[in-house]
Amino acid sequence: MGLLSKKDAALIKDPLFDNNPITVQVLGICSALAITAKLEAAIVMAISVLFVLSLGNVIISLMRNIIPSKIRIIVQLVVAAALVIVVDLVLKAYAYNLSKTLSVFVGLIITNCIIMGRFEAFALANSPWKSFLDGIGNSLGYGVILIIVAFFRELLGTGALMGHQILGDPVKKTGLYALGYENNGFMLLAPMALIVLGIVIWVQRSKNPKLIEENK
Amino acid sequence: MEKRTDKNSYTLLFAIAMTVIVGTLLAFTAQVLKDKIDENRRIEKQQNILYAMGINENTGENDVVMIPTDKVGEAFNKYIVKQIVIQGDKITDNDKAYLIDLKTEQQLAKKADYKRRLPLFIGKKDGKTYYIVPVRGKGLWDAIWGYIALDKNMVVQGAFFDHKGETPGLGANMTQRYFIDDFIGEHLLDSSGNFKGITVLKGNNDPLNNDKTDNEVDALAGATITGNGISAMLKDELNGYVPYFKNLNKK
Repeated sequence: MGLLSKKDAALIKDPLFDNNPITVQVLGICSALAITAKLEAAIVMAISVLFVLSLGNVIISLMRNIIPSKIRIIVQLVVAAALVIVVDLVLKAYAYNLSKTLSVFVGLIITNCIIMGRFEAFALANSPWKSFLDGIGNSLGYGVILIIVAFFRELLGTGALMGHQILGDPVKKTGLYALGYENNGFMLLAPMALIVLGIVIWVQRSKNPKLIEENK
Repeated sequence: MEKRTDKNSYTLLFAIAMTVIVGTLLAFTAQVLKDKIDENRRIEKQQNILYAMGINENTGENDVVMIPTDKVGEAFNKYIVKQIVIQGDKITDNDKAYLIDLKTEQQLAKKADYKRRLPLFIGKKDGKTYYIVPVRGKGLWDAIWGYIALDKNMVVQGAFFDHKGETPGLGANMTQRYFIDDFIGEHLLDSSGNFKGITVLKGNNDPLNNDKTDNEVDALAGATITGNGISAMLKDELNGYVPYFKNLNKK
């Protein structure tokens, strides 16, 4: 990345792989379980978190020297909540159909531990530009996992991706279903999200020895 | 030494200032966008009403594609020939009937002396008359609603359902074609002409819904409460219209 110094690039790259907020830091699990039954919802959620986290990080970073430490968590909450409401209103006004998909998950963005976590751990102590990159990196790391999990859940659970049936028609028994394949409805329930996530973590750790803790 | 930002007075002032600024900002945003959002909701209602009577842009058999927003106003005026409000025995014409908020009416109707206003939209397409009834009820998590197009014998000609927060992949599938299309042709009255509604039922040995007179459609897998909500919604909401349809057939 020619535009960014090595340190800055690491701010984006680290949370994508070695320090992924979901698979390594195990933050934001709640929403990763709740909204990954469909790929479309996962993508919308990833984009919304990207917006809220990167902008919120910048705002918190700009205010970092004037925020009273006693109420900093409340200040962070207010910033996150205000941004989410603005996003929701703008979507309702200009992308009405998209907002209908998103509206259920708005509350979940505010409660997303990653947002509060990055505000508290990074933006309060770093410059706006660095915080912005950190926000982008972490929300991308979050989004990637969300999309991977949603891909498998929607595909195996309903035989569809983005709402399009791609394995054939389960009712009329065409495509793969003609061969006796059945959708696994269990994939749509939250426990399977946890299991899929566990498999993702397993794969990542076996590929990346840095992440394996030593057994003493 | 104590930092300036640690003082109680500073903290209090900061909190007050933040509340005022953020509050103003949000109120302002909401106010600016309000007209646009209301307009979107109004257009969506028109789209859904037209969808129920079969005016849509579906191409594939799984599509639920509304008529485009820029054409909906014109189409609505063309196809919806009359809008009426039924209130007890009184029937009045009202070309804003589609804007009546069902939630408000349902709440008002809990008072004993209030007769609920029931909007009904009459559409004409290819010489056929559709009576479109808006319905609203409770799903598993939140509100569900829809529009049911009927003929004068209360046989469903088309349906549209939507929801606020049913489970994605399960109850949220109530908006899918394989579910809403099951309602088409289904009877709301039983064979002797009494109102029976339509029950969403699992295991009625009729998964492809070939029997249209059994007052039942096949349920969605894993969405029992949503299905029960739809059954209850249809029963409760459409019941009020029965006298109107009975009158219609006497004439």
